[in-house]
Amino acid sequence: MDLQIALLLGQDGIVNGAIYALLALALVLVFAVTRVIFIPQGEFVAFGALTLASFQAGKVPGTLWLLVGMGVAIAAIEIGIALRNGTLRRLTSALGWNLAYPAVAAAVVLLGQPGSWSLALQVVLALALVVPLGPMVYRLAYQPLQSASVLVLLIVSVAVHLTLVGLGLLFFGAEGSRTPAFSDASFDWGGVMVTGQTLWVVGASAALIVVLYLFFERSLWGKALRATAINRTGARLMGISTTQAGKLSFVLAAAIGALSGILIAPITTVYYDTGFIIGLKGFVGAIVGGMASYPIAAAGAILVGLLESFSSFWASAFKEVIVFTLIIPVLIWRSLTTRHVEEEE
Amino acid sequence: MKLKPLAAGLVAAFAASLAQADINVGVTVSATGPAASLGIPEKNTFALMPTTIAGQKVNYIILDDASDTTTAVKNVRKLITEDKVDVIVGSTITPNSLAMIDVVAEAETPMISMAASARIVDPANPKVKWVFKTPQNDIQMSTAIAESMLNNKVQTVAFIGFADAYGEGWYQEFSKIAELRKLKVVANERYNRTDTSVTGQVLKVLAAKPDAVLVAGAGTPAALPQKALNEKGYKGAYYQTHGVANMDFMRVCGKDCEGTLLPAGPVLVAGQLPDSNPIKKVAMDYTTKYEAAHGKGSTSTFGAHAWDAGILLQNAVPAALKKAQPGSKEFRAALRDALEGLKNVTVSHGIVNMSPQDHLGFDQRARVMVKIENGAWKLQQ
Repeated sequence: MDLQIALLLGQDGIVNGAIYALLALALVLVFAVTRVIFIPQGEFVAFGALTLASFQAGKVPGTLWLLVGMGVAIAAIEIGIALRNGTLRRLTSALGWNLAYPAVAAAVVLLGQPGSWSLALQVVLALALVVPLGPMVYRLAYQPLQSASVLVLLIVSVAVHLTLVGLGLLFFGAEGSRTPAFSDASFDWGGVMVTGQTLWVVGASAALIVVLYLFFERSLWGKALRATAINRTGARLMGISTTQAGKLSFVLAAAIGALSGILIAPITTVYYDTGFIIGLKGFVGAIVGGMASYPIAAAGAILVGLLESFSSFWASAFKEVIVFTLIIPVLIWRSLTTRHVEEEE
Repeated sequence: MKLKPLAAGLVAAFAASLAQADINVGVTVSATGPAASLGIPEKNTFALMPTTIAGQKVNYIILDDASDTTTAVKNVRKLITEDKVDVIVGSTITPNSLAMIDVVAEAETPMISMAASARIVDPANPKVKWVFKTPQNDIQMSTAIAESMLNNKVQTVAFIGFADAYGEGWYQEFSKIAELRKLKVVANERYNRTDTSVTGQVLKVLAAKPDAVLVAGAGTPAALPQKALNEKGYKGAYYQTHGVANMDFMRVCGKDCEGTLLPAGPVLVAGQLPDSNPIKKVAMDYTTKYEAAHGKGSTSTFGAHAWDAGILLQNAVPAALKKAQPGSKEFRAALRDALEGLKNVTVSHGIVNMSPQDHLGFDQRARVMVKIENGAWKLQQ
């Protein structure tokens, strides 16, 4: 191994690590706010990438029908609740988001011929289709169980994950897709080739992390999310709706997931089930951060990326074994250094 | 996804109650899960098969095993005990098929597998008496690759394959052949189907400076190493296995796969076979029917394995019908004997000559070398 190979492997590790870092942040966020271990995080990666690929192939992505279907289901539930409680006037926003929005999206996709749009517009449209699925999944699967134990929520997560993977196979088929690169530029830095797409991935990840930091530190909504994460009961007493906080965290998680998928689709082939393994690696990163610390989770995810890249060079057959074995020493270290707090309510 | 097999099962059960003598074919395919890209065309193919053989009505009862061994075994038990099938077709992948052997041998029901491994019909196992298969053995395909490499003056080869039974099986077979033919395997790397990057493996392959690279993967994931090698400026020859013989691979790999060589069943290039080749007619028949139902360019060699299982049945059932009534133990035994006795049956992948020692029955005519040219498969003479 010489310096050049080490540099190439390092570059590869950082690019993958940047994606894992984003997912790790989303996992930590969702867990902190709602106590949900969000296994379906990876599905949003696949949905984002494959929705974009469908546009480019001139097809109508199945995620559109998922959006419409879930919207109708939620609207029906909301109307039922409103009729029972006699609060029909509050329905406007729920119906707007769950019926009108999917209808507009469907009209744009079916009539607008997004296949001929520019890449940037296609990316925006793909995000517009996939991101609302996050809060919808929260409304349907998690909101009724808000106060259930972490274990129940985990079991629901597994069910949601399996459902979404199955739908992914139905929508996009078993074979994978790629999308064209955002930029064909490539640079030669000291003998190491750096492509424009890798800069996009690292740059977009870094920018997102900064935006998330500002959101949590400076905005009222971000502060509300942090307050919910620290103490749910306390936050409710201060007038913060935990349901709204949950929805918001799922919006962010879905947005981060879909964007990650769109970023990696030009570098690798994305399959309907690719997201799961990427999500798992983000999860390893999140575990390193104890599911609580954003910077340590991001650093852990970069570490996973680098470890994966170097182990694929030395012992490619054992790559996954090496990456996932990382969890064991981390868990031992964490269980020895942190005081265990029982936080069941 | 579960509704279709259920509906098919209900229809079959209803039909069976009307006419006792129907022939029931129990099918288990991997239409979901990791092998879905192989299982889906197989499942589609059963819809195109004739509904009568020798005047008898045939019911196909199709179940999905989700590429999972336990489910495949469960499906087979259900098909045998509840649906009283006369023959089992499946499964798509080797681990499932191997696990099903015990069940069909115990129930004395013939089985036709659509999975590749030679171990499924290994004559050393007495239970294999009941088991047949339609896809070519890996060894036939790896011999073809080794021959082509020698013809192209390749001396050193790097191997990069799936980190699973497929990649491992190919490495075993190919390294054996390579040693015999004095080809030097200079690198042996593995990657996973869902990996997002193969940079590490590719750098190692490049460092070994091979004349050719053999990628042992199935479907679109096999494109990843080749794209990465191209990106890093590798200039040697590329070989793929028959696992990539579908249009999705071509779509994903694009111009990076120009000039790649691979062995495949003749059905892949049915239109380019010389008219004198008897396989051409059968293969064209399948291609036409499949493409009429699913669109141009949709045929894959995997669906053709299912079609071939159908052809074997169409040839064996008439002989078995002379001896016993469908639904009986005697009919199943007669069907097994008839399958084992098949001679010179032309299927879409080759010409079958079964014998007690060989429950595959293919010879060299069952494979051709194909080159990817301008985004299409081109037959190599």
